[in-house]
Amino acid sequence: MPDKNLSYAEAVNAALARALEERPETLLFGEDVALPGGVFGVTKNLRKRFGERVFDTPISESAILGGAVGAAMTGRRPIAEIMWADFSLVALDQLVNQAANVRYVSGGALTAPITVRTQQGGAPGACAQHAQSLEAFFAHVPGLRVCMPATRQDAYDLLLSAIWCDDPVVVIENRTLYHAGKDTVTLDGAVQPIGGAAVRRPGTDITVVTWGAMQHRVLEAADRLAAEGIDTEVIDARWIRPFDLDAVLGSVRRTGRLAVVHEAHTIGGVGGEVVAAVAESGTPLLRPPVRIGAPPARMPAAPVLADAVIPTADVIAETIAKAVRS
Amino acid sequence: MQRIRYFEEEVTRLRAAGDVVGSVHLCDGQEAVYVGACAALDLTRDAVFPTYRGHGWTLACGAPPHALFAELLGRATGVNGGRGGSAYLTAPQYGMYGENSIVGAGAPIATGAALAATFDGSGRVALAAFGDGAMNQGAVHEAMNFAAVRSLPVVFLIENNSYSELTPIADMVRVDRLYKRASAYGIPGARIDGNDPSIVQDAVAEAARRARAGEGPVVLEAMTQRIVGHYIGDVQHYRPAGDLERAQAAEPIGRLVAALTEQGVPASELDALSERVRDEIAQASARALADPLADPSTVLEHLYA
Repeated sequence: MPDKNLSYAEAVNAALARALEERPETLLFGEDVALPGGVFGVTKNLRKRFGERVFDTPISESAILGGAVGAAMTGRRPIAEIMWADFSLVALDQLVNQAANVRYVSGGALTAPITVRTQQGGAPGACAQHAQSLEAFFAHVPGLRVCMPATRQDAYDLLLSAIWCDDPVVVIENRTLYHAGKDTVTLDGAVQPIGGAAVRRPGTDITVVTWGAMQHRVLEAADRLAAEGIDTEVIDARWIRPFDLDAVLGSVRRTGRLAVVHEAHTIGGVGGEVVAAVAESGTPLLRPPVRIGAPPARMPAAPVLADAVIPTADVIAETIAKAVRS
Repeated sequence: MQRIRYFEEEVTRLRAAGDVVGSVHLCDGQEAVYVGACAALDLTRDAVFPTYRGHGWTLACGAPPHALFAELLGRATGVNGGRGGSAYLTAPQYGMYGENSIVGAGAPIATGAALAATFDGSGRVALAAFGDGAMNQGAVHEAMNFAAVRSLPVVFLIENNSYSELTPIADMVRVDRLYKRASAYGIPGARIDGNDPSIVQDAVAEAARRARAGEGPVVLEAMTQRIVGHYIGDVQHYRPAGDLERAQAAEPIGRLVAALTEQGVPASELDALSERVRDEIAQASARALADPLADPSTVLEHLYA
């Protein structure tokens, strides 16, 4: 198996290239994905390599996602890009009312093997319509699957799992990760089945469940906490739906403490679902669980304001320390 | 057309009896659109994407009345095992790729099926049917532009029954001819008599021929009228005096019967045909009523692969 030193964006590109190579029924389309190679350069050169199966679309999210639904119902395996997760709201009908229903209502006579690639989250200067974290919107819908790759290897692996999956999958990437350094990525491994969390840092004092780019702030916080004598176990959920509850429960049984950290708003966020599921399981906790996420504010553009909304490593470390010691 | 009409009459009876529950949108008066369009298509490969007023479309595609009655009655034998109901029927084995209860949402999906055809060598044409009201939905315009710019094989068929649900379409647009919007996308559009199945068939056949030849989509505006409410129970107080009577005078079955009579087809032959179709519908309904209800233990099935 070839290992390559790749950025997150290059890992996504490699997965797309492999899918286009190995699955002739795949199509790749979206705004600016073909000739321009994507606004973040993620789909660079794919048009050149794969021709007409990679194409640019009008700025028409309903046509992009609806087109994906119709193409999937009739035998294609579309990979559609929604440039910003915020833009998916324009066309949520095609995901929620359409794609998610195809298999269920037809009793499996029709399927919708669609991969929707998008990216979300805050970045310095991003406005309130380009910075939201919307995974809970998608994860609430039976029929959809949702993953949030946070490492370069996962950017490759989870995207392939999504494309190989015969159901609609929303793959939420993060633009702050696209060009943030390189790492060894193993290519050409077997395509993994859907689901499964990963332990990013083993620990004994508290289980911290996180996903997406927030994982990197959590790991930074965990390093600081280690210096204070708190041993944090960090679980990257990777898949929001299906969610690997067993991995979380196994960890919580050992640590007896739980924190969930995400960039999305705490109210109505997936973190609440995780805490509820752990509570329902009856797993005893030594301390009340904590949720760390965005407070109820819109996303401000100024970095100093955004830092007051999206939990920083400092906030995460302080909150976890309090949760362990209180 | 008579099969559809009698089907709808039987549905009305079943709804009144409480056997069919919920919102039901009948298509009485619009049958010529479905029968004409389906006659022009090759449903072994073409794909039809109708609206929630879709019993007629589904029957015209060839789905058996029994499976539709069973679906409306929540029976296990329903065409979707009771998961679709009146407004979300799907019968892809007959080329019917799903009603849609979201106005206009089928247009981009049909465009996707046409997109697939440009890669799979099937020669498929996708027909997106929607009402006049859907012409004010953004998704429909996104679909028309997308299909136009990629020359996709789509027939956009507007069933203009002059009411956007309960509101006259004339009050909701400044143009009196909806097909003219096609020119904004650089594609042809035409208005046709939607109460004459032969005219619909010819127009759809020509649009499908063009589409299959790679010449891109067409917008057809079929003028028709519903002679029933928007849904069962709609008292239609919004229709001006004489409007319903005019619609009834122009409805396609009466027109066709008159034309056939004029051509010398004996009344006895027409009556015998009507009787046969009426019996077929009555038997299908009775059979469906006797079928077992959908099994609640299956409700979680088919969510994922």
